[in-house]
Amino acid sequence: MAYSPSRPTENSWTVSELTRYIQELFNIDYRLQDVRVEGEVSNFTRARSGHLYFTMKDAAAQLRCVMWRSAAERLFLELGEGDAIIARGRVSVYEKQGAYQLYVEQVTPAGRGNLALAFEELKRRLEQEGLFASEAKKDIPRFPRKIGIVTSSDAAALRDILNVLKRRCPLVSVLIAPTLVQGSEAPAQIVRALRWIDGRDDIDVIIMARGGGSIEDLWAFNTEEVARAVFEATHPIICGVGHETDFTIADFVADVRAPTPSAAAEVSVPDGTELRAYLSGLQEQLLVCIDRWITDRYGRVEALERNLRHLGPLMRINNSAQHVDTLLNRLDNAMSRRLERLHGRLDLAQTRLATVGPQATLRRGYAIVRKKDGSIVRHVAQAGAGKLLSVRVSDGEFVVTVVADGHMS
Amino acid sequence: MNSELDGMRFEDALAELEQIVARLETGDLTLEESLDLFERGQLLSDYCNGQLNSATLRVEQLTEHGEIVEIET
Repeated sequence: MAYSPSRPTENSWTVSELTRYIQELFNIDYRLQDVRVEGEVSNFTRARSGHLYFTMKDAAAQLRCVMWRSAAERLFLELGEGDAIIARGRVSVYEKQGAYQLYVEQVTPAGRGNLALAFEELKRRLEQEGLFASEAKKDIPRFPRKIGIVTSSDAAALRDILNVLKRRCPLVSVLIAPTLVQGSEAPAQIVRALRWIDGRDDIDVIIMARGGGSIEDLWAFNTEEVARAVFEATHPIICGVGHETDFTIADFVADVRAPTPSAAAEVSVPDGTELRAYLSGLQEQLLVCIDRWITDRYGRVEALERNLRHLGPLMRINNSAQHVDTLLNRLDNAMSRRLERLHGRLDLAQTRLATVGPQATLRRGYAIVRKKDGSIVRHVAQAGAGKLLSVRVSDGEFVVTVVADGHMS
Repeated sequence: MNSELDGMRFEDALAELEQIVARLETGDLTLEESLDLFERGQLLSDYCNGQLNSATLRVEQLTEHGEIVEIET
């Protein structure tokens, strides 16, 4: 100790001297240059300058604290009365007030270190049990009729979800099961809301949502009871908690993890515009198909018609007519020739007849003699004396009287 | 208008419409069958469009007293 009072003879220190001495004691202790202190916040004040003044205490002691504005601006949570925190900084002496203080650089909620550990431990344990397994995850329905939402009823997350649903697919309806989403009572409420909505048979999918926040704010979704309730649910669950970079245990267990509540809503329903376009496409396909059917069938009918004209009855009738004509022709020819032949034979017969007929004989000088009754005289006995007989010669006939009976030769 | 489809799930109507189009595409149907399918397809298509166009988001919420009430959005 190099210090000594300036008035050695009186062996007394000035206040400043003593204070400075004490300060030196603090300054040369390296451990006090960077300490972490756990305690409860009280007498909290924010000065207009932006500097924070408060006291940290526990059951037996108190510690004055100051946090300069520059450090205070880096705080990610509000410091409030009664908060259990871990403050990190340097302990030194504020001479003016004769007090030692913690000059705070950084504040984290007490148990934060515990929180991270608890998170990792629970995550590991549940993963081993198989709660995160992709085989266990259910598919979300393509066209849900009703969506169940587990969320805080007065938070932006719900409004965001409803806006997305209204825009994207107002065809669905929504049933909200309100719940606290942070704080110590949140896990039990979330589980109750989840079980209630999962028990309903009119909903097809569940969205569990919460807006962004610190790990402490989101902590309910890192609890084992919520994780198990999500796993045991019979309906598929879309988890949209926090911001894009927040991963809670519920996210790992859920059937689908969405980065935000809005994203969860987008994932849960099909896009109405896409649907309309798809429907139009189907409608057009209907028309194209029926059109194609008709064209195809019509083409076939035409082809058949052509074939028919070649092989059909009309053709056969025409063919027959021609056949008949041919036949008639042949008949004609045949008839003519027969007639000719007949004529020929007739002529021949006539000629022969003429040759063997009585006329030639008569011309040779023979005569035909007949009695009065017309019968031909062939015998002498028929021509008695005094009988009148007609005599026919080649060019006519005359009558004679028989002068004397004839005699046979 | 489409009283015979009343209450039909949008999803089911769409699925049936898809099936009808698939059948019509095969082309080996009689004229009667094709026309029947075509008409049914039109009916379903109109129904689906109607559902899409007339939809407004219905929102219900569980109250503290355990009732379900419709809320305005």
